[in-house]
Amino acid sequence: MALRGNLRDFTITQLLNLINLASKTGTLVIDGASEQAFVSFREGKLSYARIGKEDGSLASVLYKSNKINANQYKAIIERSGKMTDKELGLLLINAGYVSREDILLNLQTYFVDQIRRLFTWVEGVFSFEAEMFPPEDRINVRLDLENIIIEGSRQLRELEQLKDEIPSLEMALKFTERPLTNVNLSVDEWKVVKFVDPKNTMSQIAKTNKLSEVEVRRIVYGLLQAGLVELVRPANAPLPQAAKPLAPHEVEEKKNLVNKLIGRIRSL
Amino acid sequence: MQTVKMVVTGPFSAGKTQFIQSVSEIDVVATERKISSEEERTVKSATTVAMDFGRITVDEDLVLYLFGTPGQKRFDFMWEILSEGMLGFIVMVDSTRPETFREARSILETFRAYAPTPFVVAANKQDKEDAWELEDMGHALRLDKATKLLPCVATDRDSVKTVLLELLYSIMSEMEGK
Repeated sequence: MALRGNLRDFTITQLLNLINLASKTGTLVIDGASEQAFVSFREGKLSYARIGKEDGSLASVLYKSNKINANQYKAIIERSGKMTDKELGLLLINAGYVSREDILLNLQTYFVDQIRRLFTWVEGVFSFEAEMFPPEDRINVRLDLENIIIEGSRQLRELEQLKDEIPSLEMALKFTERPLTNVNLSVDEWKVVKFVDPKNTMSQIAKTNKLSEVEVRRIVYGLLQAGLVELVRPANAPLPQAAKPLAPHEVEEKKNLVNKLIGRIRSL
Repeated sequence: MQTVKMVVTGPFSAGKTQFIQSVSEIDVVATERKISSEEERTVKSATTVAMDFGRITVDEDLVLYLFGTPGQKRFDFMWEILSEGMLGFIVMVDSTRPETFREARSILETFRAYAPTPFVVAANKQDKEDAWELEDMGHALRLDKATKLLPCVATDRDSVKTVLLELLYSIMSEMEGK
C-alpha cells in the first residue's frame, strides 16, 4: 500500500524518521517545486541520493572534493566509456589515486549534502517506492539516519511548527530503548540529554541550561525525531482527574458489564 | 436502566459518523451542518458540529451509547464534555490522508489528558488503494507498541465490531490488571 503524501503535511525529517524506524528498503521519490529527488535506503540506512540533473557519478564527486584534478577528471570521462562506478573505483584504488576510504567518505559526504538540500524543501509530493533501487552502476553507502535527522531538525526554525509538535514544555522526557551510541550531539543537545529524566519537565531543563523555549523545543524535537527520547507525563505531576479506584465488588460489576457488552457486540 | 458511553473521536472527515452508523440500532442522531469552508467542502459536504449519537441495547437493563465528536478544532470545547465518564474511546484516522495524522496525534493526546481510560486507534479506509500501511501509520502517529492500531473500514459492520471488541478487551485487561 501507498506511502505517499505532501511535504506540507509531512516534513523530510518525519519521513526519514519513519524510514529509519520501519527499517525500510526502497527509494523515496520527491517531486519538488522545480526538481525531482531520489533517495534510496536499505534496511533504514541511507544508501544513495540524487537531486535533479546532478550527475552524482564517482568521478564528479571526487573531482568536486578535489580528490582528482580537472585533467584527471577529463581523462576519466573520456576513457571510462561504459565503466561502472564500482569498476572505476577499483581502477583508481589500484592506480593509487585514492583509497577505498576516500571513495566511501566522499560519497557519504555527497549524499548527506543532497539530503541537506532536501531539508529546505517545503513544497512537493513524495512517494516511497519499495521496488525501486539505486542505479546498478553506482556505489551505494550505508549511513545511519539518526545524525542526519538531528541535523535536519536543527534547521527547522519555525517556532509554530515546533509548538505544534511539542505543545507544552510541562511534559518530561525519557530515553527510548534505542541506544545512545554513535550519535553526534551538539553541546546544547548534550546539556538537555544530561537532564532527561521523567522527573524533569522540559521547562525546568530549559531554565537550568539557560535555553530559550525555541531552543529547547528545537533540541527536543531533534531527539524525538531521531527516536532517542519520548515525551512522558512528569513523574511528580498530578494524574488527570482519574476515576476513584473501584472497590473489589465494583470491579466485578464492571467486568460483568463489559462481558455483557462483548457478548452483545459479537452478536450484532 | 444503566447506560455506558464510548467516544469516537478523530480529525475532520475521518469516518466517525459512518463508524457509528454501521453498528447503531437507531438512525444516528447527527448534528450535521452544511460546510461553509471551501477547503473542507472539497472533502465532504456536511459535518458534525456538536456530536453524533448511536445506541446499542445490550439488555433491558443496559444500553451502550456511542458518541462521535466533531472533528474540527474549533469545536474542541465539546470534547471534554463528551469524554466525561466514558468507558473508553476510539481515535479514527483516515489512512489515505497523511495530512491529518498530526492532528490525530494531537486529539489523541488531548483525550488521554481528559481521562486515563483505555483507547484504540482505528485506521479507517484501509480498503483504499492509497491507504498507508499500519506500520507506517504507527510510526507517523508515534504510537507506542502497546497501543492497538487496528485496520478499519467504517462502512463495514464486521470491521467496526472488531474495533469495538478490541477496545472492550483492552478495558477488560486493564481491569484484570488492577
